[in-house]
Amino acid sequence: MTHILKDLSAAIRQKSAEMIVSAQSSHIGGVFSCADILSCLYGHVLPRSSDRILEPFILSKGHCCAGVYAALNQIGLIPDYDLHTYAQDGSPYMAHISHKVKHVEFSTGSLGHGLPHSVGRAIVRRHRPANNNVYCLLSDGELNEGSNWESIMFAGHIRLSNLTAIIDCNRLQSLTTTKETLDLEPLVPKFESFNWKCIRCDGHNIADLLNAFEEDPEHRPKVIIADTIKGYPISFMMNSVEWHYKPPSLTQLDQIISELQATLS
Amino acid sequence: MRNEFIACLIEHNLNNADAYLLVGDLGYSVIEPFVDAFPDHYLNIGVAEQNMAGIASGMAAEGHRVYCYSIGNFNTFRCAEQLRNDIDYHNLPVCTVSVGGGFAYGNMGYSHHAIQDYILMRSLPNTIIFSPVDARETRLCMDFIREYSGPAYLRLHKANERKISLDSKPIIPGKPRLVYGNHQAKTAYISTGFAGQLAYDFVCANPNTAHFTMPAWSMNSSQYISDFVSGFDKVTVIEDHLVHGGFGSWILEALSGTNLISRIRLKGIPDSAVGVVGSESYLLNLAGLTDLGLKA
Repeated sequence: MTHILKDLSAAIRQKSAEMIVSAQSSHIGGVFSCADILSCLYGHVLPRSSDRILEPFILSKGHCCAGVYAALNQIGLIPDYDLHTYAQDGSPYMAHISHKVKHVEFSTGSLGHGLPHSVGRAIVRRHRPANNNVYCLLSDGELNEGSNWESIMFAGHIRLSNLTAIIDCNRLQSLTTTKETLDLEPLVPKFESFNWKCIRCDGHNIADLLNAFEEDPEHRPKVIIADTIKGYPISFMMNSVEWHYKPPSLTQLDQIISELQATLS
Repeated sequence: MRNEFIACLIEHNLNNADAYLLVGDLGYSVIEPFVDAFPDHYLNIGVAEQNMAGIASGMAAEGHRVYCYSIGNFNTFRCAEQLRNDIDYHNLPVCTVSVGGGFAYGNMGYSHHAIQDYILMRSLPNTIIFSPVDARETRLCMDFIREYSGPAYLRLHKANERKISLDSKPIIPGKPRLVYGNHQAKTAYISTGFAGQLAYDFVCANPNTAHFTMPAWSMNSSQYISDFVSGFDKVTVIEDHLVHGGFGSWILEALSGTNLISRIRLKGIPDSAVGVVGSESYLLNLAGLTDLGLKA
Protein backbone atom coordinates (compact mmCIF):
# COMPACT_ATOMS: atom_id res chain seq x y z
CA MET A 1 0.00 0.00 0.00
CA THR A 2 2.73 2.51 0.91
CA HIS A 3 4.42 2.04 -2.48
CA ILE A 4 1.15 2.64 -4.30
CA LEU A 5 0.47 5.77 -2.29
CA LYS A 6 4.00 7.02 -2.73
CA ASP A 7 3.59 6.74 -6.49
CA LEU A 8 0.24 8.49 -6.21
CA SER A 9 1.98 11.33 -4.35
CA ALA A 10 4.44 11.70 -7.23
CA ALA A 11 1.60 11.69 -9.74
CA ILE A 12 -0.28 14.36 -7.77
CA ARG A 13 2.85 16.52 -7.67
CA GLN A 14 3.58 16.10 -11.37
CA LYS A 15 0.02 16.75 -12.50
CA SER A 16 -0.38 19.80 -10.26
CA ALA A 17 2.99 21.17 -11.40
CA GLU A 18 1.87 20.89 -15.02
CA MET A 19 -1.36 22.71 -14.19
CA ILE A 20 0.41 25.48 -12.29
CA VAL A 21 3.04 25.97 -14.99
CA SER A 22 0.41 26.01 -17.72
CA ALA A 23 -1.65 28.62 -15.83
CA GLN A 24 1.44 30.47 -14.55
CA SER A 25 -0.25 30.29 -11.17
CA SER A 26 1.00 30.25 -7.56
CA HIS A 27 1.36 28.05 -4.48
CA ILE A 28 3.27 25.07 -5.84
CA GLY A 29 5.38 24.91 -2.66
CA GLY A 30 2.34 24.31 -0.45
CA VAL A 31 0.84 21.81 -2.89
CA PHE A 32 4.03 19.76 -2.75
CA SER A 33 4.21 19.89 1.05
CA CYS A 34 0.73 18.37 1.42
CA ALA A 35 0.83 15.95 -1.54
CA ASP A 36 1.59 12.91 0.62
CA ILE A 37 -1.31 13.79 2.93
CA LEU A 38 -3.62 14.11 -0.09
CA SER A 39 -2.33 10.81 -1.42
CA CYS A 40 -3.23 9.04 1.83
CA LEU A 41 -6.65 10.64 1.95
CA TYR A 42 -7.70 10.09 -1.67
CA GLY A 43 -5.81 6.86 -2.15
CA HIS A 44 -6.80 5.08 1.06
CA VAL A 45 -8.54 6.94 3.91
CA LEU A 46 -11.64 8.41 2.23
CA PRO A 47 -14.21 5.70 1.48
CA ARG A 48 -15.72 5.89 -1.97
CA SER A 49 -18.15 4.20 -4.27
CA SER A 50 -17.46 3.84 -7.97
CA ASP A 51 -18.42 7.41 -8.71
CA ARG A 52 -18.19 9.47 -5.54
CA ILE A 53 -16.43 10.04 -2.24
CA LEU A 54 -18.56 9.09 0.76
CA GLU A 55 -17.02 11.16 3.58
CA PRO A 56 -16.36 14.91 3.38
CA PHE A 57 -12.83 16.23 2.97
CA ILE A 58 -12.51 20.01 3.38
CA LEU A 59 -9.38 21.74 2.06
CA SER A 60 -9.10 24.75 4.32
CA LYS A 61 -5.77 25.80 2.78
CA GLY A 62 -7.70 26.41 -0.43
CA HIS A 63 -4.73 27.85 -2.31
CA CYS A 64 -3.39 24.30 -2.67
CA CYS A 65 -6.38 23.13 -4.70
CA ALA A 66 -4.21 22.01 -7.64
CA GLY A 67 -3.20 19.07 -5.48
CA VAL A 68 -6.83 18.11 -4.82
CA TYR A 69 -7.81 18.46 -8.48
CA ALA A 70 -4.80 16.32 -9.43
CA ALA A 71 -5.71 13.71 -6.81
CA LEU A 72 -9.30 13.54 -8.03
CA ASN A 73 -7.95 13.11 -11.53
CA GLN A 74 -5.56 10.34 -10.51
CA ILE A 75 -8.29 8.31 -8.81
CA GLY A 76 -10.44 8.64 -11.91
CA LEU A 77 -13.12 11.07 -10.76
CA ILE A 78 -12.31 14.03 -13.00
CA PRO A 79 -10.96 13.88 -16.55
CA ASP A 80 -7.62 15.13 -17.89
CA TYR A 81 -9.20 17.69 -20.19
CA ASP A 82 -10.83 19.46 -17.22
CA LEU A 83 -7.43 20.05 -15.66
CA HIS A 84 -6.29 21.95 -18.76
CA THR A 85 -8.78 24.68 -17.79
CA TYR A 86 -7.17 25.23 -14.38
CA ALA A 87 -7.23 28.95 -13.49
CA GLN A 88 -8.37 29.83 -17.02
CA ASP A 89 -11.12 32.36 -17.83
CA GLY A 90 -14.56 31.10 -16.83
CA SER A 91 -13.36 27.71 -15.60
CA PRO A 92 -14.84 26.14 -12.46
CA TYR A 93 -11.27 25.06 -11.66
CA MET A 94 -10.34 28.25 -9.84
CA ALA A 95 -6.91 28.71 -8.27
CA HIS A 96 -8.52 28.46 -4.84
CA ILE A 97 -10.63 25.40 -4.27
CA SER A 98 -14.17 25.61 -5.58
CA HIS A 99 -17.33 23.66 -4.88
CA LYS A 100 -18.26 24.25 -8.49
CA VAL A 101 -15.92 21.35 -9.23
CA LYS A 102 -17.57 17.96 -8.87
CA HIS A 103 -16.44 16.01 -5.77
CA VAL A 104 -15.31 19.20 -4.03
CA GLU A 105 -17.44 19.80 -0.94
CA PHE A 106 -16.61 23.37 -0.02
CA SER A 107 -14.93 26.49 -1.43
CA THR A 108 -12.22 28.17 0.58
CA GLY A 109 -9.48 30.66 -0.15
CA SER A 110 -9.76 32.99 2.77
CA LEU A 111 -8.05 31.13 5.59
CA GLY A 112 -9.75 29.98 8.79
CA HIS A 113 -13.03 28.87 7.18
CA GLY A 114 -12.60 25.15 6.65
CA LEU A 115 -12.46 23.94 10.23
CA PRO A 116 -15.69 25.61 11.48
CA HIS A 117 -17.50 24.21 8.43
CA SER A 118 -16.03 20.77 9.11
CA VAL A 119 -17.19 20.94 12.73
CA GLY A 120 -20.75 21.63 11.51
CA ARG A 121 -20.64 18.66 9.17
CA ALA A 122 -19.22 16.41 11.88
CA ILE A 123 -21.94 17.43 14.36
CA VAL A 124 -24.61 16.26 11.93
CA ARG A 125 -22.75 13.13 10.85
CA ARG A 126 -21.65 11.83 14.21
CA HIS A 127 -24.86 9.92 14.83
CA ARG A 128 -24.90 8.27 11.43
CA PRO A 129 -24.23 4.53 11.35
CA ALA A 130 -21.65 4.68 8.54
CA ASN A 131 -19.43 7.11 6.66
CA ASN A 132 -19.64 9.56 9.52
CA ASN A 133 -16.07 10.92 9.51
CA VAL A 134 -15.06 14.41 8.41
CA TYR A 135 -11.51 15.45 7.44
CA CYS A 136 -10.08 18.94 7.22
CA LEU A 137 -6.61 19.95 6.01
CA LEU A 138 -5.17 23.23 7.28
CA SER A 139 -1.81 24.92 6.94
CA ASP A 140 0.30 25.87 9.94
CA GLY A 141 0.32 29.55 8.92
CA GLU A 142 -3.45 29.37 8.75
CA LEU A 143 -3.53 28.77 12.49
CA ASN A 144 -2.93 32.53 12.87
CA GLU A 145 -6.65 32.93 12.19
CA GLY A 146 -8.69 33.12 15.38
CA SER A 147 -11.70 31.38 13.86
CA ASN A 148 -9.70 28.13 13.93
CA TRP A 149 -9.21 28.42 17.66
CA GLU A 150 -12.92 29.04 18.17
CA SER A 151 -13.50 25.72 16.42
CA ILE A 152 -10.66 23.93 18.19
CA MET A 153 -12.14 24.95 21.55
CA PHE A 154 -15.67 23.96 20.60
CA ALA A 155 -14.87 20.62 18.93
CA GLY A 156 -12.88 19.58 21.99
CA HIS A 157 -15.63 20.76 24.29
CA ILE A 158 -18.25 18.57 22.61
CA ARG A 159 -15.81 15.64 22.10
CA LEU A 160 -16.33 15.56 18.36
CA SER A 161 -14.53 12.29 17.78
CA ASN A 162 -15.53 11.85 14.13
CA LEU A 163 -13.54 14.95 13.15
CA THR A 164 -9.91 14.70 12.02
CA ALA A 165 -7.89 17.84 11.33
CA ILE A 166 -4.55 17.60 9.58
CA ILE A 167 -2.04 20.44 9.89
CA ASP A 168 0.39 20.70 6.97
CA CYS A 169 3.20 21.98 9.13
CA ASN A 170 5.72 23.20 6.53
CA ARG A 171 6.93 26.06 8.77
CA LEU A 172 6.75 28.71 6.05
CA GLN A 173 3.97 31.16 5.48
CA SER A 174 3.42 34.04 3.12
CA LEU A 175 6.41 36.25 3.94
CA THR A 176 8.75 34.23 6.12
CA THR A 177 8.82 31.35 8.61
CA THR A 178 5.94 30.63 10.94
CA LYS A 179 8.36 31.00 13.82
CA GLU A 180 9.27 34.57 12.84
CA THR A 181 5.69 35.51 11.91
CA LEU A 182 3.67 34.22 14.83
CA ASP A 183 5.24 31.33 16.66
CA LEU A 184 2.54 28.87 17.75
CA GLU A 185 4.83 26.04 18.77
CA PRO A 186 4.56 23.90 20.70
CA LEU A 187 1.32 22.91 18.96
CA VAL A 188 0.85 19.52 20.63
CA PRO A 189 0.13 20.77 24.18
CA LYS A 190 -2.05 23.53 22.77
CA PHE A 191 -4.34 21.03 21.04
CA GLU A 192 -4.19 18.63 23.97
CA SER A 193 -5.20 21.35 26.38
CA PHE A 194 -8.33 21.87 24.28
CA ASN A 195 -9.17 18.16 24.62
CA TRP A 196 -7.92 16.95 21.22
CA LYS A 197 -6.14 13.67 20.52
CA CYS A 198 -2.86 14.86 19.01
CA ILE A 199 -0.46 12.87 16.83
CA ARG A 200 2.72 14.39 15.42
CA CYS A 201 4.38 12.59 12.52
CA ASP A 202 6.57 12.90 9.44
CA GLY A 203 4.18 14.30 6.84
CA HIS A 204 6.17 12.77 4.00
CA ASN A 205 6.24 9.26 5.46
CA ILE A 206 3.23 7.39 4.08
CA ALA A 207 3.33 4.63 6.70
CA ASP A 208 3.47 7.14 9.55
CA LEU A 209 0.59 9.12 8.06
CA LEU A 210 -1.55 6.01 7.62
CA ASN A 211 -0.87 4.99 11.21
CA ALA A 212 -1.88 8.46 12.37
CA PHE A 213 -5.14 8.26 10.43
CA GLU A 214 -5.82 4.83 11.91
CA GLU A 215 -5.17 5.79 15.50
CA ASP A 216 -8.12 5.72 17.90
CA PRO A 217 -9.27 9.27 18.71
CA GLU A 218 -10.27 8.16 22.21
CA HIS A 219 -13.61 9.99 22.18
CA ARG A 220 -12.04 13.28 21.17
CA PRO A 221 -11.44 15.15 17.92
CA LYS A 222 -8.11 14.16 16.40
CA VAL A 223 -5.40 16.34 14.92
CA ILE A 224 -2.49 15.04 12.88
CA ILE A 225 0.35 17.53 12.96
CA ALA A 226 2.25 16.53 9.85
CA ASP A 227 5.78 17.90 9.72
CA THR A 228 6.46 18.68 6.10
CA ILE A 229 8.81 20.62 3.85
CA LYS A 230 7.53 23.27 1.50
CA GLY A 231 8.40 22.25 -2.06
CA TYR A 232 9.27 18.65 -1.10
CA PRO A 233 11.05 16.74 -2.62
CA ILE A 234 12.33 19.06 -5.34
CA SER A 235 15.93 20.12 -4.77
CA PHE A 236 15.58 23.76 -5.83
CA MET A 237 12.17 24.33 -4.23
CA MET A 238 12.49 22.97 -0.69
CA ASN A 239 12.22 25.36 2.24
CA SER A 240 12.09 28.47 0.06
CA VAL A 241 9.35 31.05 0.55
CA GLU A 242 9.52 32.17 -3.09
CA TRP A 243 7.66 29.00 -4.13
CA HIS A 244 4.64 30.21 -2.24
CA TYR A 245 4.20 32.53 -5.22
CA LYS A 246 6.40 31.67 -8.19
CA PRO A 247 5.31 29.33 -10.98
CA PRO A 248 8.17 27.18 -12.29
CA SER A 249 9.51 27.78 -15.81
CA LEU A 250 9.22 25.06 -18.46
CA THR A 251 12.84 24.13 -17.85
CA GLN A 252 12.19 23.88 -14.13
CA LEU A 253 9.11 21.76 -14.84
CA ASP A 254 11.33 19.29 -16.70
CA GLN A 255 13.60 19.11 -13.66
CA ILE A 256 10.62 18.65 -11.33
CA ILE A 257 9.36 15.74 -13.44
CA SER A 258 12.81 14.24 -13.59
CA GLU A 259 13.26 14.40 -9.82
CA LEU A 260 9.78 12.98 -9.24
CA GLN A 261 10.43 10.07 -11.60
CA ALA A 262 13.46 9.19 -9.50
CA THR A 263 11.20 8.74 -6.45
CA LEU A 264 8.94 6.16 -8.11
CA SER A 265 8.95 2.66 -6.72
CA MET B 1 -41.11 39.47 17.75
CA ARG B 2 -38.49 37.38 19.55
CA ASN B 3 -41.11 35.21 21.20
CA GLU B 4 -43.05 34.83 17.98
CA PHE B 5 -39.86 33.71 16.23
CA ILE B 6 -39.29 31.00 18.83
CA ALA B 7 -42.96 29.95 18.75
CA CYS B 8 -42.76 29.55 14.97
CA LEU B 9 -39.53 27.58 15.20
CA ILE B 10 -41.11 25.18 17.68
CA GLU B 11 -44.15 24.75 15.45
CA HIS B 12 -41.93 24.08 12.44
CA ASN B 13 -40.03 21.35 14.22
CA LEU B 14 -43.23 19.83 15.59
CA ASN B 15 -44.15 19.59 11.91
CA ASN B 16 -40.91 17.79 11.05
CA ALA B 17 -38.86 20.76 9.87
CA ASP B 18 -35.80 19.26 11.62
CA ALA B 19 -34.24 22.72 12.03
CA TYR B 20 -31.35 23.53 14.36
CA LEU B 21 -31.02 26.58 16.59
CA LEU B 22 -27.49 27.82 17.24
CA VAL B 23 -26.94 30.69 19.65
CA GLY B 24 -23.91 32.79 20.39
CA ASP B 25 -24.45 32.61 24.14
CA LEU B 26 -27.44 34.94 23.95
CA GLY B 27 -31.20 34.51 24.13
CA TYR B 28 -31.88 34.39 27.87
CA SER B 29 -35.62 34.24 28.58
CA VAL B 30 -36.38 33.85 24.86
CA ILE B 31 -34.99 30.57 23.57
CA GLU B 32 -35.85 28.32 26.52
CA PRO B 33 -39.12 26.92 25.13
CA PHE B 34 -37.29 25.67 22.03
CA VAL B 35 -34.41 24.28 24.09
CA ASP B 36 -36.86 22.42 26.32
CA ALA B 37 -38.80 21.02 23.37
CA PHE B 38 -35.83 20.13 21.14
CA PRO B 39 -32.66 19.84 23.21
CA ASP B 40 -30.97 17.77 20.49
CA HIS B 41 -31.53 20.54 17.95
CA TYR B 42 -29.98 23.30 20.02
CA LEU B 43 -26.32 24.29 20.44
CA ASN B 44 -24.85 27.16 22.38
CA ILE B 45 -21.66 27.74 20.40
CA GLY B 46 -20.31 30.21 22.96
CA VAL B 47 -19.23 33.76 22.30
CA ALA B 48 -17.78 32.88 18.90
CA GLU B 49 -19.82 34.14 15.98
CA GLN B 50 -17.33 33.22 13.25
CA ASN B 51 -17.43 29.65 14.48
CA MET B 52 -21.24 29.75 14.75
CA ALA B 53 -21.65 30.86 11.12
CA GLY B 54 -19.09 28.34 9.89
CA ILE B 55 -20.66 25.49 11.85
CA ALA B 56 -24.08 26.52 10.52
CA SER B 57 -22.76 26.28 6.95
CA GLY B 58 -21.49 22.76 7.62
CA MET B 59 -24.75 21.62 9.19
CA ALA B 60 -26.73 23.16 6.34
CA ALA B 61 -24.50 21.43 3.80
CA GLU B 62 -25.50 18.17 5.47
CA GLY B 63 -29.15 18.93 4.81
CA HIS B 64 -30.51 20.89 7.75
CA ARG B 65 -31.99 24.38 8.02
CA VAL B 66 -30.05 26.22 10.66
CA TYR B 67 -30.91 29.40 12.59
CA CYS B 68 -28.03 31.45 14.06
CA TYR B 69 -29.37 33.62 16.86
CA SER B 70 -27.62 36.58 18.44
CA ILE B 71 -28.17 40.28 18.99
CA GLY B 72 -27.12 43.43 17.23
CA ASN B 73 -24.09 43.26 15.00
CA PHE B 74 -22.54 40.19 16.54
CA ASN B 75 -23.82 37.59 14.08
CA THR B 76 -23.49 39.86 11.04
CA PHE B 77 -20.49 42.17 11.07
CA ARG B 78 -18.37 39.98 13.35
CA CYS B 79 -18.63 37.09 10.91
CA ALA B 80 -19.25 38.95 7.65
CA GLU B 81 -16.84 36.84 5.64
CA GLN B 82 -18.40 33.59 6.87
CA LEU B 83 -21.80 34.90 5.77
CA ARG B 84 -20.37 35.87 2.38
CA ASN B 85 -18.17 32.87 1.58
CA ASP B 86 -19.47 29.94 3.60
CA ILE B 87 -23.21 30.58 3.52
CA ASP B 88 -24.22 32.93 0.71
CA TYR B 89 -21.71 31.72 -1.91
CA HIS B 90 -22.73 28.11 -1.26
CA ASN B 91 -26.41 29.17 -1.19
CA LEU B 92 -27.08 27.24 2.00
CA PRO B 93 -30.28 27.35 4.10
CA VAL B 94 -28.89 29.26 7.06
CA CYS B 95 -31.01 31.98 8.63
CA THR B 96 -29.11 34.62 10.58
CA VAL B 97 -31.46 35.95 13.26
CA SER B 98 -30.45 39.27 14.76
CA VAL B 99 -32.42 40.74 17.64
CA GLY B 100 -32.32 44.42 18.51
CA GLY B 101 -32.46 45.93 15.02
CA GLY B 102 -31.99 49.68 14.77
CA PHE B 103 -31.75 51.47 18.11
CA ALA B 104 -33.60 48.79 20.11
CA TYR B 105 -30.59 48.51 22.43
CA GLY B 106 -30.02 52.27 22.30
CA ASN B 107 -28.58 52.94 25.73
CA MET B 108 -26.27 49.91 25.50
CA GLY B 109 -23.97 51.94 23.31
CA TYR B 110 -22.77 52.07 19.74
CA SER B 111 -21.59 48.43 19.73
CA HIS B 112 -25.25 47.44 20.06
CA HIS B 113 -26.73 49.82 17.46
CA ALA B 114 -27.65 47.64 14.48
CA ILE B 115 -27.95 50.48 12.01
CA GLN B 116 -25.62 49.34 9.22
CA ASP B 117 -26.70 45.71 8.87
CA TYR B 118 -28.80 46.22 5.74
CA ILE B 119 -25.74 47.60 3.94
CA LEU B 120 -23.89 44.40 4.65
CA MET B 121 -26.64 41.87 4.14
CA ARG B 122 -28.04 43.34 0.93
CA SER B 123 -24.62 42.92 -0.68
CA LEU B 124 -25.06 39.14 -0.54
CA PRO B 125 -26.65 37.94 -3.81
CA ASN B 126 -28.47 34.86 -2.52
CA THR B 127 -29.57 36.24 0.84
CA ILE B 128 -33.09 37.54 1.40
CA ILE B 129 -33.51 40.17 4.11
CA PHE B 130 -36.59 39.65 6.31
CA SER B 131 -37.49 42.62 8.46
CA PRO B 132 -41.00 42.32 9.92
CA VAL B 133 -42.97 45.17 11.47
CA ASP B 134 -44.77 43.07 14.08
CA ALA B 135 -45.51 39.54 15.25
CA ARG B 136 -47.82 38.75 12.35
CA GLU B 137 -45.20 39.63 9.79
CA THR B 138 -42.62 37.70 11.82
CA ARG B 139 -44.76 34.60 11.47
CA LEU B 140 -45.21 35.16 7.74
CA CYS B 141 -41.47 35.62 7.34
CA MET B 142 -40.86 32.35 9.17
CA ASP B 143 -43.40 30.61 6.92
CA PHE B 144 -41.38 31.76 3.92
CA ILE B 145 -37.97 30.96 5.41
CA ARG B 146 -39.01 27.45 6.30
CA GLU B 147 -39.60 26.67 2.63
CA TYR B 148 -36.71 28.70 1.23
CA SER B 149 -33.66 26.69 0.20
CA GLY B 150 -31.19 29.59 0.41
CA PRO B 151 -29.79 31.95 3.03
CA ALA B 152 -31.91 34.42 4.97
CA TYR B 153 -31.37 37.31 7.33
CA LEU B 154 -34.14 37.84 9.89
CA ARG B 155 -33.88 41.24 11.57
CA LEU B 156 -36.07 41.46 14.64
CA HIS B 157 -36.74 44.35 16.96
CA LYS B 158 -37.18 43.20 20.52
CA ALA B 159 -40.53 42.94 22.24
CA ASN B 160 -43.90 44.66 22.80
CA GLU B 161 -44.37 45.81 19.20
CA ARG B 162 -47.93 46.84 18.35
CA LYS B 163 -49.85 44.63 15.96
CA ILE B 164 -50.33 46.83 12.93
CA SER B 165 -50.15 44.55 9.90
CA LEU B 166 -53.44 43.13 8.62
CA ASP B 167 -52.49 41.12 5.59
CA SER B 168 -52.17 37.37 6.18
CA LYS B 169 -51.31 36.47 2.61
CA PRO B 170 -47.91 34.85 2.06
CA ILE B 171 -44.97 37.18 1.72
CA ILE B 172 -43.47 37.82 -1.70
CA PRO B 173 -39.96 39.30 -1.47
CA GLY B 174 -39.83 42.78 -2.93
CA LYS B 175 -43.60 43.27 -2.99
CA PRO B 176 -45.08 46.09 -0.84
CA ARG B 177 -47.92 45.17 1.53
CA LEU B 178 -50.67 47.66 2.36
CA VAL B 179 -51.04 48.37 6.09
CA TYR B 180 -53.33 51.40 6.11
CA GLY B 181 -54.92 53.70 3.51
CA ASN B 182 -55.59 52.80 -0.07
CA HIS B 183 -54.12 52.81 -3.52
CA GLN B 184 -56.04 56.04 -4.40
CA ALA B 185 -53.80 58.07 -2.10
CA LYS B 186 -51.24 60.28 -3.81
CA THR B 187 -48.72 60.08 -1.01
CA ALA B 188 -47.33 56.78 0.22
CA TYR B 189 -45.06 55.70 3.02
CA ILE B 190 -43.13 52.50 2.66
CA SER B 191 -41.19 51.00 5.53
CA THR B 192 -39.23 47.90 6.37
CA GLY B 193 -38.98 46.41 9.83
CA PHE B 194 -39.77 48.14 13.08
CA ALA B 195 -39.69 51.53 11.35
CA GLY B 196 -43.19 50.77 10.13
CA GLN B 197 -44.38 51.29 13.68
CA LEU B 198 -43.14 54.88 13.44
CA ALA B 199 -45.05 55.60 10.25
CA TYR B 200 -48.29 54.04 11.41
CA ASP B 201 -49.63 56.79 13.68
CA PHE B 202 -48.82 59.53 11.23
CA VAL B 203 -50.44 57.75 8.31
CA CYS B 204 -53.57 56.91 10.30
CA ALA B 205 -54.00 60.61 11.10
CA ASN B 206 -53.64 61.66 7.46
CA PRO B 207 -56.33 60.12 5.28
CA ASN B 208 -54.71 61.08 1.99
CA THR B 209 -51.77 58.83 2.61
CA ALA B 210 -51.15 55.09 2.47
CA HIS B 211 -48.70 52.97 4.40
CA PHE B 212 -46.99 49.91 3.01
CA THR B 213 -44.47 47.56 4.58
CA MET B 214 -41.78 45.55 2.85
CA PRO B 215 -40.96 42.64 5.18
CA ALA B 216 -38.77 40.83 2.64
CA TRP B 217 -36.37 42.19 0.04
CA SER B 218 -33.12 41.27 -1.64
CA MET B 219 -30.73 41.99 -4.47
CA ASN B 220 -32.86 39.94 -6.82
CA SER B 221 -36.34 41.12 -5.87
CA SER B 222 -36.53 44.78 -6.87
CA GLN B 223 -38.71 44.20 -9.93
CA TYR B 224 -41.92 45.46 -8.28
CA ILE B 225 -40.57 48.84 -7.19
CA SER B 226 -41.08 50.96 -10.30
CA ASP B 227 -44.72 49.86 -10.66
CA PHE B 228 -45.32 50.64 -7.01
CA VAL B 229 -43.75 54.10 -7.10
CA SER B 230 -45.45 55.05 -10.35
CA GLY B 231 -48.81 54.86 -8.55
CA PHE B 232 -48.00 57.82 -6.28
CA ASP B 233 -46.88 61.43 -6.57
CA LYS B 234 -44.62 61.09 -3.58
CA VAL B 235 -43.21 58.08 -1.73
CA THR B 236 -41.39 58.40 1.58
CA VAL B 237 -39.12 55.50 2.51
CA ILE B 238 -38.74 54.91 6.26
CA GLU B 239 -36.12 52.75 7.95
CA ASP B 240 -34.41 52.56 11.34
CA HIS B 241 -31.08 52.12 9.62
CA LEU B 242 -28.41 54.49 8.38
CA VAL B 243 -29.86 56.35 5.41
CA HIS B 244 -26.69 55.60 3.47
CA GLY B 245 -26.79 52.24 1.74
CA GLY B 246 -29.93 50.84 3.33
CA PHE B 247 -33.52 50.10 2.29
CA GLY B 248 -34.05 53.51 0.70
CA SER B 249 -30.87 53.16 -1.31
CA TRP B 250 -32.09 49.78 -2.50
CA ILE B 251 -35.28 51.47 -3.79
CA LEU B 252 -33.35 54.28 -5.47
CA GLU B 253 -31.09 51.76 -7.20
CA ALA B 254 -34.19 49.92 -8.45
CA LEU B 255 -35.40 53.18 -9.99
CA SER B 256 -32.04 54.10 -11.54
CA GLY B 257 -32.48 55.44 -15.05
CA THR B 258 -36.16 56.28 -14.58
CA ASN B 259 -37.76 59.65 -13.83
CA LEU B 260 -39.49 58.12 -10.80
CA ILE B 261 -36.51 58.88 -8.59
CA SER B 262 -37.70 62.44 -8.02
CA ARG B 263 -40.80 61.09 -6.23
CA ILE B 264 -38.71 59.41 -3.50
CA ARG B 265 -37.86 60.88 -0.09
CA LEU B 266 -35.61 58.98 2.26
CA LYS B 267 -36.17 58.95 6.01
CA GLY B 268 -33.52 57.02 7.85
CA ILE B 269 -30.85 57.57 10.45
CA PRO B 270 -28.49 60.42 9.49
CA ASP B 271 -24.78 60.13 10.20
CA SER B 272 -25.17 62.84 12.85
CA ALA B 273 -26.96 60.28 15.04
CA VAL B 274 -24.18 57.70 14.75
CA GLY B 275 -22.41 57.04 18.03
CA VAL B 276 -24.90 58.92 20.20
CA VAL B 277 -26.17 56.91 23.16
CA GLY B 278 -29.62 57.03 24.69
CA SER B 279 -32.99 55.35 24.84
CA GLU B 280 -34.52 54.12 21.61
CA SER B 281 -37.12 56.90 21.61
CA TYR B 282 -34.45 59.51 22.27
CA LEU B 283 -32.30 58.27 19.39
CA LEU B 284 -35.21 57.90 16.97
CA ASN B 285 -36.25 61.45 17.81
CA LEU B 286 -32.69 62.63 17.27
CA ALA B 287 -32.73 60.89 13.90
CA GLY B 288 -35.94 62.70 12.92
CA LEU B 289 -37.87 59.48 12.68
CA THR B 290 -40.59 60.48 15.14
CA ASP B 291 -41.59 63.61 13.25
CA LEU B 292 -42.46 62.20 9.87
CA GLY B 293 -45.19 64.63 8.94
CA LEU B 294 -43.15 67.81 9.34
CA LYS B 295 -39.98 66.65 7.72
CA ALA B 296 -41.16 64.21 5.07
